[in-house]
Amino acid sequence: MSQTRPAESVHAAESSRLAPPPVARRDFLGLAALWSAVAALGVAAIGALRLPRAAVVPVPSRKFRVTLPETLAAGEPFSPPGRSVAVFRDASGVWAISTICTHLGCIVKQEGSGFACPCHGSLFKLDGAVTKGPAPKALPWLAVSVAGGGAYMVDESEVVAPGTKVTT
Amino acid sequence: MSATGMQRFGANLRALPQTLREAVSRTGPPTTDRGRSSFVFSNLFLHLHSVRVHLWTFRWSTTWGLGIAALSAFLVTLVTGILLMFYYKPYPEAAYWSVKDIHFVVPTGKFIRNIHRWAAQVMVFVVFAHMARIFYTASYRKPREFNWVVGMGLLVLTLGLSFTGYLLPWDQLAYWAITIGANIAQSPREITDALGWTSHFDPGGMVKFILLGSEEIGEEALIRFYLLHVMLLPLLLGVLLGVHFWRIRKDGGLARPADADRRVADSPVPVQPVFTDAPRKTYHLAALVRGTSPAVGRAPEKTVPAMPHLFYAELAVFMLTVLVCLALSLVSDAPLKELANPAVPENPAKAPWYFLGLQELVAYSAFMGGMGLPTLVLLGLTLIPLLDRETEGTGEWFGGPGGLPLVLRSAVFGIATVIAIEAVAIRFGWLREWFPDIPQLVVTFVNPGTLLALAYAAYSLLCVKRYDSTRAGALALFTCFLCGFVVLTIVGVHFRGPNWHFFWSPADWPAH
Repeated sequence: MSQTRPAESVHAAESSRLAPPPVARRDFLGLAALWSAVAALGVAAIGALRLPRAAVVPVPSRKFRVTLPETLAAGEPFSPPGRSVAVFRDASGVWAISTICTHLGCIVKQEGSGFACPCHGSLFKLDGAVTKGPAPKALPWLAVSVAGGGAYMVDESEVVAPGTKVTT
Repeated sequence: MSATGMQRFGANLRALPQTLREAVSRTGPPTTDRGRSSFVFSNLFLHLHSVRVHLWTFRWSTTWGLGIAALSAFLVTLVTGILLMFYYKPYPEAAYWSVKDIHFVVPTGKFIRNIHRWAAQVMVFVVFAHMARIFYTASYRKPREFNWVVGMGLLVLTLGLSFTGYLLPWDQLAYWAITIGANIAQSPREITDALGWTSHFDPGGMVKFILLGSEEIGEEALIRFYLLHVMLLPLLLGVLLGVHFWRIRKDGGLARPADADRRVADSPVPVQPVFTDAPRKTYHLAALVRGTSPAVGRAPEKTVPAMPHLFYAELAVFMLTVLVCLALSLVSDAPLKELANPAVPENPAKAPWYFLGLQELVAYSAFMGGMGLPTLVLLGLTLIPLLDRETEGTGEWFGGPGGLPLVLRSAVFGIATVIAIEAVAIRFGWLREWFPDIPQLVVTFVNPGTLLALAYAAYSLLCVKRYDSTRAGALALFTCFLCGFVVLTIVGVHFRGPNWHFFWSPADWPAH
């Protein structure tokens, strides 16, 4: 390409931004090859980046069956073992609230007439509303359905509007 | 008559050690200046060093050996990490028990694990100290701006290595620290939720999903953190380290004041006058080297050969670092709590100490404390050499307008401000307690963390104006953030107990 330099510089002197010098054939081929390589690598990188996002994720069932103890007082939370959910019962029905803190995912515990998060001090009312701390949202209410035999089904993956209760 | 085959064989056998030595070293013994030079530049590993090193480099107060100490700690974690990989099994059912085996059954296993953990902590501490050294001696300036940026990359990788290593024991400490970390990655939802965008634009959820490989912390998350910890991040760190060291040499060695030549004693070893006042050679190659004053017409009186002087100094720092790691490993064991239990969080669930300053900010807003402010601070740090283009005080401790008095004043301002804001937030609570229905966006953007950053930025701009110098502003800002970081870390480590409540001493924590 160095042999073509003198000719190019003559062009450059005569041409303006509106009338650029013609691209020499060799330069064109070189640039085309370069950008083809860049495009190929880019597409390959995009393909490779798809790999870490699995299409199917095995998660344990988020639906579970719960039988409330006879002694459960009205409006008091009951936490089924192994589930991050509090289930309540009163005269108007049964409802469930997630006990996963909306801040950074710790499990809140009942403390007094509300829930307290052990990690960063968020406080919630028993209906899930935030009263203190960094939690950006109320604890979500979860879908409950009647399962028969005095039992209920709670679906942790389905959020319902606060105040949604199910009656037997 | 020439020697027989057997005689030649015998002679070759006797000469074997010497032949081998010559074959390996490529050059003669390093007994002359020329020999020492070629010893350095003809060796793959040593040629990252200059052949001759300025005496300014050898003053303890120039570096305190911090860069080499950081490298030494990294090498220690590398060796001990490979040893730990003999027994560690990255599956949730096996991980905890394999670490327990390492701790209680494997010969020297506990000691090696202790060293690995302590070297990692030493590395984090030394990397921060190294950064502060470079900043306060104004060594990031032209032509070393890019190496400062590479250093920022190394800082991020160091913290990333430390964080990914935290999950591997799969105990309670690990599980809940990673829960918090992964949810911080998801915290942009704090903003997208408030704006109602999350259903179609959810960067936070995407990052968390890619990090964990699933919606929850399980075997996918463990293998990903393992991959990052033992392969991806160390490789990246190694590459960046190579660039970092190579640039030191290419940028003309360590930064030193313009009058460094006058301020150091003459070289203790005799030097050959290579260049005379009237050079008889032409210096085509010298003209290609970057820098404003090629060493033409100047004798190397103020330099010594890297071999052996620099290598002895580096070896001393290495040995000292190893000694510190070993001593710490003997007095304190790496913790191993109960097996991870997704139903019961640790209380308090504390991250490693160098993240507790951030955890303190996260306790006001997950997004601002965990992502927004750290990103801003990293960006600000990276841009320092591009925004401060002055030349006064390069290579001097607290060099530049204002100097040490400005740094001390900034430290007082920085500490007072952070303590004041923390005291208000701890004593009176924050917006959510005063106005329970306040929109989340207001809390995200108006919280102790953002107010602190604003106060520091305002103070720094004031210093730029008052001293008419960008370096003065940089000194003020860096000092403020350093002090804020230290105070917040101390609050997180010492003054926070169960439910992240404030306690004057861990002895006051309620028994449970």
